[in-house]
Amino acid sequence: MLEIRDLDAAYGDIRVLSGVTLSVGAGEIVALLGPNGAGKTTLLNSIAGLLRPRAGAVRFEGEDLGALHAHLIVERGLALVPEGRRLFGGMSVEENLELGAFAPRARATKAAGFERVYALFPDLYQRRRQLVRSLSGGQQQMVAVGRALMSNPKLLMLDEPSLGIAPRLVRSIMASLAAINRAGVAVFLVEQNVPAALGLAHRAYVLESGRIAGQGAAADLLRDPHIRRAYLGPLAVRE
Amino acid sequence: MNILAQQLVLGLLIGGLYGLAAAGLSLVFGVLKVLNVAHGELIMLGGYAAFWTVALLGLDPFVSLLLVVPLSLLLGVGLYWGLFGFVVRADEETRIKNSLLIGFGLGLALHALAVLLWTADERSIVTPYGGSIRLAGLSVPIVRLASLLIALALIGGLHLLLARWRWGKAIRATAEDWQAALLTGIDVRRAYLLAFAIGTGLAGAAGTLVSIGYSTSPSIGLEWTLKALIVVVLAGLGSMLGTFVGGLVLGVAEAASAAAFGGPYREVVGLVLFVVVLVVRPRGLFGR
Repeated sequence: MLEIRDLDAAYGDIRVLSGVTLSVGAGEIVALLGPNGAGKTTLLNSIAGLLRPRAGAVRFEGEDLGALHAHLIVERGLALVPEGRRLFGGMSVEENLELGAFAPRARATKAAGFERVYALFPDLYQRRRQLVRSLSGGQQQMVAVGRALMSNPKLLMLDEPSLGIAPRLVRSIMASLAAINRAGVAVFLVEQNVPAALGLAHRAYVLESGRIAGQGAAADLLRDPHIRRAYLGPLAVRE
Repeated sequence: MNILAQQLVLGLLIGGLYGLAAAGLSLVFGVLKVLNVAHGELIMLGGYAAFWTVALLGLDPFVSLLLVVPLSLLLGVGLYWGLFGFVVRADEETRIKNSLLIGFGLGLALHALAVLLWTADERSIVTPYGGSIRLAGLSVPIVRLASLLIALALIGGLHLLLARWRWGKAIRATAEDWQAALLTGIDVRRAYLLAFAIGTGLAGAAGTLVSIGYSTSPSIGLEWTLKALIVVVLAGLGSMLGTFVGGLVLGVAEAASAAAFGGPYREVVGLVLFVVVLVVRPRGLFGR
């Protein structure tokens, strides 16, 4: 579904990604792990069209996304929940969700989209008239996921949805991602919360210093000594 | 006492035009992050467009709005395609700097063009109806009162447009966070184009009302840019109704200081407000 081949990206002279190759298949949940500064956000922004890659190709359902403006990439069925949520704080929950269905393909399914989002996050229905900036971090993350879902995506990409959110809510967000996936949406999840990400994903890649440093089935990576030492802490290694 | 009240009423009446002038500037600045210092010259052009529409076609002065506003919208589209559309490709800091340069250049060019075409004489539109109505012992010029009401109606319409229309919401989203807007599938460039065109249309409407109630000449541009800028700073970004109220505040404050300290101090109070607001409340009275 999503095929990335030999992707290079840079900010000015600073090279951030070198030769990244990965893929996400239809119906899959794939996690991307890696420390701060590894280039995870840069990779997502390159896929979503916010950043033009230096070299390499990003293909989605066989189509090269390199020449498309970001708003047209959404129209193709690829949605990104960006780092820090980036909601429209001065607008209500409902308006944020409605804007999520701005692309022409999504407009046709707007009513169904609202139903789907409110079924997934009943809290948001109660608060649909509230300004987004008055919500808690966890509720805002639900709005962010909901806004992306409103575009009726085939592939949902999320940039650290667990950041700054209470553990209980992290579990609930991960559970909703699993539900979204069961409904047929592929998920590409960037996370530093490795146990949560590997608990959800089928496969995972490890990105270090702009390169793919490892990959495999989520269950295998959970047993990998290097992954355990680097991402799960010393306690996990001794265990 | 009565004289002071009369002055304040006249201040309120011109304040409505300040608000209308500022609304266009505020919209463009808030959405494109571009400061169009030629906004006053666009008002001036609107004033001439109305003047010639009335003189050549014999239309009622207020009806000329129906022609001047669409023409201004088209001018806005042209200016965006020809000039400002290139500025918005830069990052935000560069945008402000480049837009100042382009705006000053555009302002000078439009000023010179207006002198060339229409001479430096002041023009004002003579309305077939005139006079004043008496309200609580005060005299209120009918034409200026009508201008205030039209300005208010335009601002109200703009508010509804931004609150309800699909692309109005897209324009507000783009103003808040253009990258997030892109990620929701909004064609941000089109939101920029629409905001710039609407801003220019508002300038055309303001210019029409200026030349009906007051007068226009090629050199009024800088003065109106300054008034609009003061109101934008005073009111803050994000609320068109707030901008209109900011205009009224400036008009009344000018009248009050002219009455208290003498005519020359009319212009000073705006600059004082400008500095005080920037120091005390940088986001403005109604800013988010």
